[in-house]
Amino acid sequence: MKPAAFSYHAPKSVEEILSLLSEHGDEAKILGGGQSLIPLMALRLATPSVVIDINGVDDLDYVRTDDNTLQIGALARHRDIEELKGLAEWCPMLLEAIQMVGHVAIRNRGTVVGSMAHADPAAEWPAMALGLEGVIDVVGPSGKRTIAADDFFVSLLTTAIEPGEVATEVRLHLPKGRVGSCFLELARRHGDFAVTGVGTQMSLSSDRECVEDARVVAIGVGQTAVRIREAEDVLVGESPIDELYREAARVVHDTIAPSDDIHATADYRRSIAEVLTRRSLAIAAERARGETANG
Amino acid sequence: MAETYIVKTEVNGKRYQGRAEARTTLADFLRDQLNLTGTHLGCEHGVCGACTILMEGRSIRSCLMFAVQADGKSLETIEGLAESDGTLHPIQEAFSKHHALQCGFCTPGFLMTIIEYLAEGGEADEETIRQRLSGNLCRCTGYQGIVKAVGEVAARSGSAPTSG
Repeated sequence: MKPAAFSYHAPKSVEEILSLLSEHGDEAKILGGGQSLIPLMALRLATPSVVIDINGVDDLDYVRTDDNTLQIGALARHRDIEELKGLAEWCPMLLEAIQMVGHVAIRNRGTVVGSMAHADPAAEWPAMALGLEGVIDVVGPSGKRTIAADDFFVSLLTTAIEPGEVATEVRLHLPKGRVGSCFLELARRHGDFAVTGVGTQMSLSSDRECVEDARVVAIGVGQTAVRIREAEDVLVGESPIDELYREAARVVHDTIAPSDDIHATADYRRSIAEVLTRRSLAIAAERARGETANG
Repeated sequence: MAETYIVKTEVNGKRYQGRAEARTTLADFLRDQLNLTGTHLGCEHGVCGACTILMEGRSIRSCLMFAVQADGKSLETIEGLAESDGTLHPIQEAFSKHHALQCGFCTPGFLMTIIEYLAEGGEADEETIRQRLSGNLCRCTGYQGIVKAVGEVAARSGSAPTSG
């Protein structure tokens, strides 16, 4: 349970990070919050010979908001977002998802961008990026690229970040108005990785009689977090009623392709995703109508 | 010999300096270099919560940070809870009263988690307390006494001062 020896670097700027990455190549690992990397190192599942600790790069330590955008720098901790004033009303799905991330001590230290870059299929943040039109900035030797979340999560623990690049910022689009959202998750214990989780967001027409836009995302049901457009298509243009949520939930059940593992069978995950989708949509719709207090 | 780094920290208001290899966790540094052995290590990979301490007032798992990363930081550990004359912190008194520990191994991590909770003005309701404590594992008590102890102090104070 002791990490193997490594050489340690603590750059002060993004430029220094890039030059260290180009010098050390595949041998190097970026250390952000360390809440995934350090356990892997303690278990010696990861034995990087070079660790680039970015915690001293003050330029990456920020959270900015404007009308409907949340800008999250690479050193922003989960808890920084969780404590944003008004988030429960602005985007309850996001707050609910964050509160499922580990425990407070983990959220005090772990970073949002690090969770994106780690790309665990049961982690909450990648689903939020998929559901909230997320984009990720990565910086490399040839400059900055902005990658849409849809293209960012490639496979199990694999993202579109290329060797020599570092993720510096995530931006999420958090709409306002007649919008409601909800994130629900099943885990064996609070703080554990999700067996399955589902986030939904719905915007309603001015008379509240019609779904104008919808997002359905899920975690723990594949190699990456997934956005389930087939279910969104079922919702858009229809009346927000229980039968519709049931139908969309069935589509989720039939669309996702989870696999068996030690925690749950694929069938069980499909069933859970269906139930969570139905419940989540009902809550999101209530919130969109403004019928219940959010959060 | 592997390269070592000088690490200067303030722990419970007192300044310390030690040397650590880059791979040395903050928990091992506190115990082995600073001889502050009140912080316990259970799993050493961020699951059990026994090594929880406060850094700049926020709870962290000291096994999930390298000592070199704590250079220049202010830390609070279990050693800072009681007064210098031995008077216990109210949460320590409540733990004693409610039999919130048996073997005591997990207790330092629980207490530091609770100190942060109380400092935030944590509520006294059981579900909130249980959720907040869910990152700390205790294998002896069944948690009943721990939850009662937190509830009592939270109800009494609304918020309690952090250690001084």
